[in-house]
Amino acid sequence: MSPSIQPGVDLLLALLSDLHANLEALDACLKHARDSGATRYAFLGDLVDYGADPAAVLEIVRRYVAEGAIAVQGNHDAWVSKSAGAVSGAVQASIRWTRDALSAEGKAWLASLPLCAREEAVCFVHASAAMPERWEYVEDPEAARRSADAARVPWTFSGHVHKQVLFFEAARGKMSSYDPLPGRAVIVRRNRRWVAIVGSVGQPRERNPAAAYALFDLERELLTFQRVPYDHLTAARKIRAAGLPDLLLWSSW
Amino acid sequence: MSAPSQTVERLMPGELIDDFFVWERIHLGAQGIVYRVTGGAADFPMLMKVPRFQTGDAAEILIHYETEAMILPVLSGPHVPRFVAAGDIRRMAYLVLERIEGESLESQLVRCPMPASEVARIGAAIGDALHSLHRQGAVHCDLKPDNVILRPTGETVLIDFGLAWHARFPDLLAEEERFEAGSAPYISPEQLLGVRGDARSDVYSLGVILYEVATGELPFGVPASRGGLRQRLWMDPDPPAVLGEGVTPALQEIILRCLEPEVERRYQSAAHVAFDLRHPDQVQLTSRAFKKESAGFLTQTQRWWKARLTPIPPPPRMKRALDAAPVVMVALDTTQGDDERQPAIQRVTRQVLSLTNDFRLVCVSVVEAPPLGANHGEGASALHLDQMVRLRNWTVPLGLPAQRLSLHVIVAPDPAASLLEFARRNNVDLIVLGAPRPSQQALAWWRSVASSVTANAHCSVHVVRVPEPREEAAPLRTSGLTR
Repeated sequence: MSPSIQPGVDLLLALLSDLHANLEALDACLKHARDSGATRYAFLGDLVDYGADPAAVLEIVRRYVAEGAIAVQGNHDAWVSKSAGAVSGAVQASIRWTRDALSAEGKAWLASLPLCAREEAVCFVHASAAMPERWEYVEDPEAARRSADAARVPWTFSGHVHKQVLFFEAARGKMSSYDPLPGRAVIVRRNRRWVAIVGSVGQPRERNPAAAYALFDLERELLTFQRVPYDHLTAARKIRAAGLPDLLLWSSW
Repeated sequence: MSAPSQTVERLMPGELIDDFFVWERIHLGAQGIVYRVTGGAADFPMLMKVPRFQTGDAAEILIHYETEAMILPVLSGPHVPRFVAAGDIRRMAYLVLERIEGESLESQLVRCPMPASEVARIGAAIGDALHSLHRQGAVHCDLKPDNVILRPTGETVLIDFGLAWHARFPDLLAEEERFEAGSAPYISPEQLLGVRGDARSDVYSLGVILYEVATGELPFGVPASRGGLRQRLWMDPDPPAVLGEGVTPALQEIILRCLEPEVERRYQSAAHVAFDLRHPDQVQLTSRAFKKESAGFLTQTQRWWKARLTPIPPPPRMKRALDAAPVVMVALDTTQGDDERQPAIQRVTRQVLSLTNDFRLVCVSVVEAPPLGANHGEGASALHLDQMVRLRNWTVPLGLPAQRLSLHVIVAPDPAASLLEFARRNNVDLIVLGAPRPSQQALAWWRSVASSVTANAHCSVHVVRVPEPREEAAPLRTSGLTR
């Protein structure tokens, strides 16, 4: 069984968000996390849509959840399993394709995911903990402060914005931001509040195709952002072969 | 943010805190108390710094404690105290560090003004320490005589990293707007505007220290107000030579270049400051060196207006200034007049220097000392002058401005050891030298120089090899290859 999130428990938590049905990227990140000694996993939403392997990705995530992993719902998971909002044509096409590729039971599981999960001093949410259903982009310190205020815990872990960034409470309680260096641990003491955007496993948008995720060591209060190179050309080829819109390849060269 | 509510005023001698026995109190400050401690696994003298959350602004004291606890463990080298342990902030916040043997520069200030040679020695030692820190991605941000310890060996150690900045960590002080009164005389103009994480801010503070040590005065006094602090954005200090009799033109040039209000006009690297302080004869003197009074009323008024209009600066970002300001050392064998390697080394030097805007090129020729018993007098000095002329002649085609260039002829029995020692002492980032020529038996010693320097250098080494002429090249062997 998975270790619980509480002080004194040796726990290395792998934080994976915005998988976007990219099987190659997910496999690479899970292997990297396992090799790094991860003892528990959290999936921060947008498990499916855009990529060519929604069923396979969902199966893996559900297996982890059955073994104690945390999972929250992202906007694409909601759109695929419930109703799509006002989204562009390419995204509409991708949602339709993904719906066809998933079983009714799989979609029901996606629809049943919570928007937000809290364990001890940690909050997991796809977008902002302040009204998560609005899918607000936490892109600046002010948005991060709203999320941290609503989360009411030292550590908030999110995705949605496909770029790794760490917001933190600096002097005088003001929020500030930091662009993390991959592979270098950052000390994140629980006496101040942190909002970490862990980046995207399946579709990083930083002109670097390496998959992004993060590792959180609760006892030592260390957060390490990671970039994992994977076979992104195969992932891109599958998207083309599936007849998904070319637009979705834009991050995969 | 919440600070631990610990009472530290009452730590008793012999008290055990985690692995450490507390002994006498060494220092009592507004922000914290320092005790001598023993115990643990370390085999060097130690002290324990315990923040005092009750007495001052707890949030500020906490942030300085956290900053130091974050940055010190990742720093290394002889110029910072070794980190031993940090207390769990949930129970009791403390830092256990190496206790440095030596005097603080503050305690030496009674000897000001010091002679130029002494100023240069201390300044170069601080420059070395800053350079070592900057190379590790950190900026001290609070350099002042209190925070400089002079070891009996002459090296300096920087202490107190409560305001420091490190490229690898979020800057907890990013939104800090207040400045400690004690540091005000030494703070750089850009720090007043909220810029953190620029190594050149430490260079400015080093300039203030040099000014103080050389003249016994502070360039802008002890500012009591924000307006007084901002004077350094536009006001010229009195030229140090006016105040301190022993201040040479070279020393004044160095000090005023450190104190340039605009970072771009300042030294771009603490290593360059240390270099100039060690080689005052190589300092290119400008109008700074000979100033007898500060700039005219009109100029200063214009600058004052400009400072008033200075917009809010961009948020701090990682500076790569150090990478862009390398010290490149070229080792030449000037005893060989028609050495075909010299133009080749020239080409490589040109390529290396074209990659950066703010380099320092140091050309060194090592001449083997005459054997013992030979005439060391006139012959040696003529040899020295002759090599210096050849060295200068080699640099002419590079067309470098004099302030980027310095020339050194070293007469020593062991060329490789001399080059390595010179490179290390002057914080050289790259050594360029020629590979041995197979045809030249006379240069057998040089063969060992190239290999010995490459094997033992503290920095990168670029070994330049002249391609063999085509007709002499060995025939291409294809026998082992499958077509």
